[in-house]
Amino acid sequence: MAKMTLEELRKLRDSRKSEIDRRDINSKDSQIIVGMGTCGIAAGAKTVLDTFIEELNDKQITNVAVTQSGCMGLCYVEPTIEVIVPGMPPVIYGKVDAEVAKRIVHEHIMQKKMVSDHIFDRPSIDIIKDGGK
Amino acid sequence: MHLSLCDFLSDVVQNGIEAGAGLIEVVIEQTTETIEFSVSDNGKGMSDKLLQRVLDPFYTDGVKHANRKVGLGLPFLVQATEAAEGSFSIESQEGEGTQVKFGFNLNHIDCPPIGDIALTILSLLIYEGDYEAVVRRILHHKGGVEEYTVERSQLEEILGDFASGDNLYLLREYLRSQEAALDDYKEGSGNPN
Repeated sequence: MAKMTLEELRKLRDSRKSEIDRRDINSKDSQIIVGMGTCGIAAGAKTVLDTFIEELNDKQITNVAVTQSGCMGLCYVEPTIEVIVPGMPPVIYGKVDAEVAKRIVHEHIMQKKMVSDHIFDRPSIDIIKDGGK
Repeated sequence: MHLSLCDFLSDVVQNGIEAGAGLIEVVIEQTTETIEFSVSDNGKGMSDKLLQRVLDPFYTDGVKHANRKVGLGLPFLVQATEAAEGSFSIESQEGEGTQVKFGFNLNHIDCPPIGDIALTILSLLIYEGDYEAVVRRILHHKGGVEEYTVERSQLEEILGDFASGDNLYLLREYLRSQEAALDDYKEGSGNPN
């Protein structure tokens, strides 16, 4: 792969932007938050982040924002992610690997069906009281 | 314990973000035999007393997990450097910031794999909030030195909002191409073009 310059990156961005503007009707209404605390990183959260980037691009899904957070308080089922889709309850998924990440894109994001075997509850109350960090 | 050296880097950078840093400077310097990481932030820093305690696995500030009695980020890193005869140092000034440095001998049998540097840089650029991150990646090879620098503000100016999946994809491609260009100079890869 040839080394991309900033100028090339800008051009790519501009060409893709016009493409996105054409097909993007409902802007960013959904969100995927990947937990990147010590626990998440150790359990493979980066692979999960990578899979979401790849899969959303593959499926040309542009209404989903992908962000990172620290630990969500569910260290025992890392990697954890939260998915927020309008019209559906916010869901925290645990034990997410690349395969589960793909299922979340296909089922939760595209078909609006929850991936029920990976749903975990919100963090325990003591964590939320302390600012939910 | 983390799988790769990049995971330790992510962990240290995350500490800087959580310390409220407005500027995080990262240097990743590699030779044919060694790799050194340096992370400097201008976050809230630590007092000398606290600095002593953060390396103790049974110390945590209790902010994230009220009932937890352990804080394992830095202790894991220290453990890994000790196991592989690497180096570790931490300096901090309260109110001014913290600098963490760690290094490994890549040929040591207990040295963890480096991990995915492009993805790790991507990850440290895309935390929410307004902060500047500058990453300098240097590779010393037999024929000289290759390096690249990425600045969060510059990439954000070009790409716009990092949270957008499309921009993340482009950012990943950009960072991967920077790393791939270095791969050509790594030992055993043959043609440096």
